[in-house]
Amino acid sequence: MTIAWYLAVSAIVFTLGAIGVITRRNPLVVLLCLELMLNGGNLALVAFSRMWGDGDGQILAIVVLTVAACEVCIGLGLVVAIYRRRLPIDVDEMRELHG
Amino acid sequence: MSSVLFFIAAIGVLAGAIGVVVLRNPIYCVLALVVHLVALAVLFLLLRAEFVAAIQVVIYAGAVMVLYVFVVAYVGGEAENIGARLRSAGPTGAALRRAGAILAAALLVELLIALLGTGLSAINRHGAAYTPGPQAYGTPAYIGKLLLTRFLLAFEIASFLLLIAAVGGVVLAGRSTGAVRDSDQAPGDGPPPESPSEPMGVPAITGSMAEGVGGSA
Amino acid sequence: MSTAAWAWLVLAFPLAGMLIVAFGFRVVWGRGAGWIATGAILLSFGASIGALISLQQHAPAHRQIVSTLYHYASTVGVNADMSILVDPLSVFMILVVSGVSTLIHLYSVSYMESDRGYARYFAYLNFFVFAMLLLVLAGNFLLLTVGWAFVGAASYMLISFWYRRSTATRAGIYAFVINVVGDVGMVLGTYFIFKHTHTLDLLGSFHAASGGAFGHATNNGDLVAGCVMLLVAAFAKSAQLPLHTWLPDAMEGPTPVSSLIHAATMVTAGVYLIARTHTLFELAPSAQDVGAIVGVATLVVAGTIALAQPDIKRVIAYSTMSQIGYMIMGVSVGAYAAGMFHLMTHAFFKALLFMGAGSLIGAMAGEQSLDRMGGLRRALPFTFAAFVIGGLALSGIPPFSGFFSKDEILLVTGERGGWHWALYVLGYIGALLTAIYTFRMIFRAFFGEPVEEARKLEAGVVPHAHPANPATGEPEDTGVGFPGPTHAIAERALPMRVAMWLLALGAIGAGLIQIPKVDFVIDDFLRPSFGNSSLYATHTKNGLLTVGLVLGTVIGLVGIAIAYFAWVVRPGTATVVRERVPALYRLLANKWYFDAALERVVVAPMVALGRLARGDIERVFVDEALVGGTSAIVRAGSAAVRAAQSGFVRYYAALLILGVAGVSFYFLLQT
Repeated sequence: MTIAWYLAVSAIVFTLGAIGVITRRNPLVVLLCLELMLNGGNLALVAFSRMWGDGDGQILAIVVLTVAACEVCIGLGLVVAIYRRRLPIDVDEMRELHG
Repeated sequence: MSSVLFFIAAIGVLAGAIGVVVLRNPIYCVLALVVHLVALAVLFLLLRAEFVAAIQVVIYAGAVMVLYVFVVAYVGGEAENIGARLRSAGPTGAALRRAGAILAAALLVELLIALLGTGLSAINRHGAAYTPGPQAYGTPAYIGKLLLTRFLLAFEIASFLLLIAAVGGVVLAGRSTGAVRDSDQAPGDGPPPESPSEPMGVPAITGSMAEGVGGSA
Repeated sequence: MSTAAWAWLVLAFPLAGMLIVAFGFRVVWGRGAGWIATGAILLSFGASIGALISLQQHAPAHRQIVSTLYHYASTVGVNADMSILVDPLSVFMILVVSGVSTLIHLYSVSYMESDRGYARYFAYLNFFVFAMLLLVLAGNFLLLTVGWAFVGAASYMLISFWYRRSTATRAGIYAFVINVVGDVGMVLGTYFIFKHTHTLDLLGSFHAASGGAFGHATNNGDLVAGCVMLLVAAFAKSAQLPLHTWLPDAMEGPTPVSSLIHAATMVTAGVYLIARTHTLFELAPSAQDVGAIVGVATLVVAGTIALAQPDIKRVIAYSTMSQIGYMIMGVSVGAYAAGMFHLMTHAFFKALLFMGAGSLIGAMAGEQSLDRMGGLRRALPFTFAAFVIGGLALSGIPPFSGFFSKDEILLVTGERGGWHWALYVLGYIGALLTAIYTFRMIFRAFFGEPVEEARKLEAGVVPHAHPANPATGEPEDTGVGFPGPTHAIAERALPMRVAMWLLALGAIGAGLIQIPKVDFVIDDFLRPSFGNSSLYATHTKNGLLTVGLVLGTVIGLVGIAIAYFAWVVRPGTATVVRERVPALYRLLANKWYFDAALERVVVAPMVALGRLARGDIERVFVDEALVGGTSAIVRAGSAAVRAAQSGFVRYYAALLILGVAGVSFYFLLQT
């Protein structure tokens, strides 16, 4: 398949992740959808790397993967801390920074 | 052959993605994401990115998702009834969802146009020629060499970031100190109501993970 | 030293004195502020004499010297320089101003001794002298206007010197507002003149005017308008009809202030202005006629009002108004030297009269009404002598100075002929009134049954009374902002006596320098300033001269006799006359209803307009619509923007995606 197909898949995955971030109320699922978006980007990177024939895209995909891991760690830690404080696990309830 | 594999993997990817967004129970979402990740690894293999595919399965699907499972098991959150929520949510919530869907659709259309409509003739080809060998494109040796020569700085910074994340994670979820302990509980609160995903009640005194899992001590 | 240098020194000394007293008042020991201020003006007087001597060393044709300190601005054809004009007229004025000011400063050292605002007083007084000298020495219209305005400001500050007295502050504001009307006239007049002469420089303007800048016929519209505007300024400053109502109220200030500002110097600024711009006035005879008519009207009206005033300071104030009417009339008909001469002699005897009044009021422990005074002749011999000398000079009895100066004005008026005969006759009627009211004042205060204060003084005890406002009687205290606890009497204060002695010498002897047909000191001295005037002729017809001299003497003596009869021989005469013509008496006592008319015609509509502006326009339109509306718009806008900070994380994520979509859209359009 030409590279174009891979890019199309990447775009669809990214958009699905965006919809998920906006739509879901459980912060854990929101983080999961964030992972979806990151994966979509990864796919695009690897596809382009294959297109040009050098490994830069793959390196960047590895780095993205690393960053995603860190972010998941911190995000989950946050959710656990919120849970321990007896606050509801709902992004709509956590809006103390409203203007 | 590769086309067939591509379609199977692509369908797996999309199915996993849709599952994450749509499924109500958070555990099911996590499992859908695992499916998505494994299918994505197959796609990577098709793109001759062997090392990245391996990394994806081992680390992403293997470690990060396991962490997710643990936390979802601990925290849980009720299964959402999206349909009912959509209808009963406040005006902001419902409008937001509709607007969000439209926005995302718009974004998709734009991305497709951007990615596919460019004048890059290369995306209509199959990619660069592939010459197999010990340090060929996509092999671990190849990636390793690149990491340690051209992308050394990125490598070091990424490892630094991992260290920070690890420390941060421990701090965030770690044992609460004495001053905070009392205020963790709202006055007059008894043990919180049991949720179906929790095998036992959350202890009144929150402490380390061991105490939390092993009951009050 | 050059003449210009002397002239700059004349300006510098009072300015330095003011700065030292004003900024050093905590450092200057005790009563030193008064002596420093007096010293500064004395030095200024010395510099004036230096300027005089130095000026006379020039040839008569070169006695108009302009000296520029720096160029202030030069735009759109207007050259504004800091330049002074030193010529006989200005040297004459600075001599009179600095000389009389020195004596008044000396008098004030004793008079204001116990006042808490001592240093402030002398700072203001020095500032006033500086401003007056600046006005007189100004070489262009700009500096003249600056001096004009400063003098008005100093007058305000000194009238309301006792600022806790509400009548004083009201009087100060009253004077200042009328002064501002005059300032407007000054600026407008300057504009009209500048429009044709294209220069602010005084000498330059006069040359341009006589060279034909206003056309070759007289009474050019713009010139007449400009001169009438200058006349408005002169009338406001010199308290002529109808802008005179501030002067009697200005008597709220301390008595030395009244004698300096409102008798000798500031009120003569209008006379100086007309004399200085005589070139322009001679090209606009209509304006001259206006000046003459207003002068003679003021002369007569003020004289009649003075007959019915009970307050001694107000009698002297109306007398000032009347005498300045003479001067204005004089310089408007061309009697420049005579007008200036009368300015000088009037400064002497009027300042002397005010000083005497200050001593008299001090002896009466603050009481100013003639109704409560009587028989103070033996208790206050020196003050009595001062009053008599001043009164004789004022009434025009030879050989005192007032006789020569006043009669010379009337002489020149009569010589103009035509309708000026009416002015001549009215001038002598005014002289009769002058003699009557002056000696009414003297006889009522010093003759008759001695009042209680007089008996106390004869016994050697200084009378004391509870401090109170002399006009309204409301009680006061003696803190800052009110007069001090002790009152000064000439018989007990040497500086006051010295000052009064010197002024008395001037009042007696100053007339001798310009005896008609005998010596022409003033005429010759001032000739270089008025050289180009067609009216400056001094040959007088002998017949008219004799008639004038005799008539003046006779009228003065008749006036004194009438006063003597009415207030010494038969003290009840005044009451009888008052009952016979009550309407006339009321007219005079209410000052010809000028105050009431001004109140109704000008003040009340302005107050109503102000209330309308505040209540309707300010409150509704500005506060609610403009200001309130603007802030309401801003508040609504920020409320709209604030809606974006909902706190929902998903909302923010949606905005992010919207942004990404937008940016991609933009880049898509680019390709």
